[in-house]
Amino acid sequence: MTSRPELQAPPEIFYNDEEARKYTSSSRIIDIQAKLSERALELLALPDDDMPKLLLDIGCGSGLSGETLTENGHQWIGLDISQAMLDVALEREVEGGLVLSDMGQGLGLRPGVVDGAISISAVQPPAVSLSYQWLCNADKSSHEPRLRLKVFFATLYRCLARGARAVFQVYPENLAQRELILGFAMRAGFSGGVVVDFPHSTKSRKEYLVLTCGPPSLRSSIPKGKNEDEESCGDEESSGDDENDAVCVSDRHRPRKKQKLNKKVKGREWVMRKKEHIRRKGNAVPLDTKYTARKRKARF
Amino acid sequence: MRLLTHNMLSSNIKGVTNGFPLRIEAEKVVEKTVDFNADFLKNMFAKVEWNALVEASKTMGYFELPDNVESSMLESDEFLQKFHHALLELHLEEGALICPETGRKFPVSKGIPNMLLHEDEV
Repeated sequence: MTSRPELQAPPEIFYNDEEARKYTSSSRIIDIQAKLSERALELLALPDDDMPKLLLDIGCGSGLSGETLTENGHQWIGLDISQAMLDVALEREVEGGLVLSDMGQGLGLRPGVVDGAISISAVQPPAVSLSYQWLCNADKSSHEPRLRLKVFFATLYRCLARGARAVFQVYPENLAQRELILGFAMRAGFSGGVVVDFPHSTKSRKEYLVLTCGPPSLRSSIPKGKNEDEESCGDEESSGDDENDAVCVSDRHRPRKKQKLNKKVKGREWVMRKKEHIRRKGNAVPLDTKYTARKRKARF
Repeated sequence: MRLLTHNMLSSNIKGVTNGFPLRIEAEKVVEKTVDFNADFLKNMFAKVEWNALVEASKTMGYFELPDNVESSMLESDEFLQKFHHALLELHLEEGALICPETGRKFPVSKGIPNMLLHEDEV
């Protein structure tokens, strides 16, 4: 008995359009993008004066992140390399000005006009289909990745107003890439560092590169990342106790290799919490005694 | 594409010293209604390149903007309305942007300018 032929996959030529639609219609993705954009906007630390600003959305895609900017009352210009994604943004009638461009070629904006820039999920691991790998675009032989990075940061620095920030939400997988990006940013004149939210959770961990146009100052100190236990974040003046959450890098030094984030040896508290959690689920859990989470000998 | 965007864009082609402003070739212009926000307009007034805006709005068929401005005019609601209309409500749907130095055309389609450079222009 012959097996049924498989359904034809959509032709390669429509791949981008299909994927663009799928990406944008997933409610989970919409939700995630909104949260990431809100956080990035927060990290932009725009003055609290109810004045609408002109912002840049780098890699705006279908406008999911741009909508957050609109909701917060700002005007924005969105740049993206994918016509398919921009078409979806048009359908969704986003309020921002859309431009089809390749940021590795330079942003092409007048100096000092932009009050802040965000970039949500624009740098992604190569496996993800929709990523335009402006970092490692090996297709165009003349666009050597390092040159593209250099041009991008130089033009970004130029178009930002003094004291303005650029916030990039990047994926932790690209640790090496992140260091590379930071390096180029510093060389273009940016100061800044990384804010990590929920560093101990593999699922919730999010990283943001926060770059400031101009020399480091009190105002531009890196905000504290979010933690499971605290809600605190965005407190600008506190740069003191950030060692686990943020790496503060100034423009004169090479970016310090991010300290290997040693998952805090899971203390008794954590173990007790987990046991409670599992108990609640109804599973059998040994009783809590004075031996629970006792420090064992190294060779245990 | 709104004139707000146009006023920020400049030609990025290699070797071009002053790629701003891009000349507009308008084939299809559309007017959209946008909420009026005086604060934003006053903020943008300082950033906007006025002459470029006036020229651009003329090519789009809007001749109400005064050629010379001073910041005192920001007090006048009438002026702000015109400014608002030109900056945010005039949209170029189809046409092209032209680099002032090289003459290279950047097509505008469905309101989105295509600023992608060719290999030799980078």
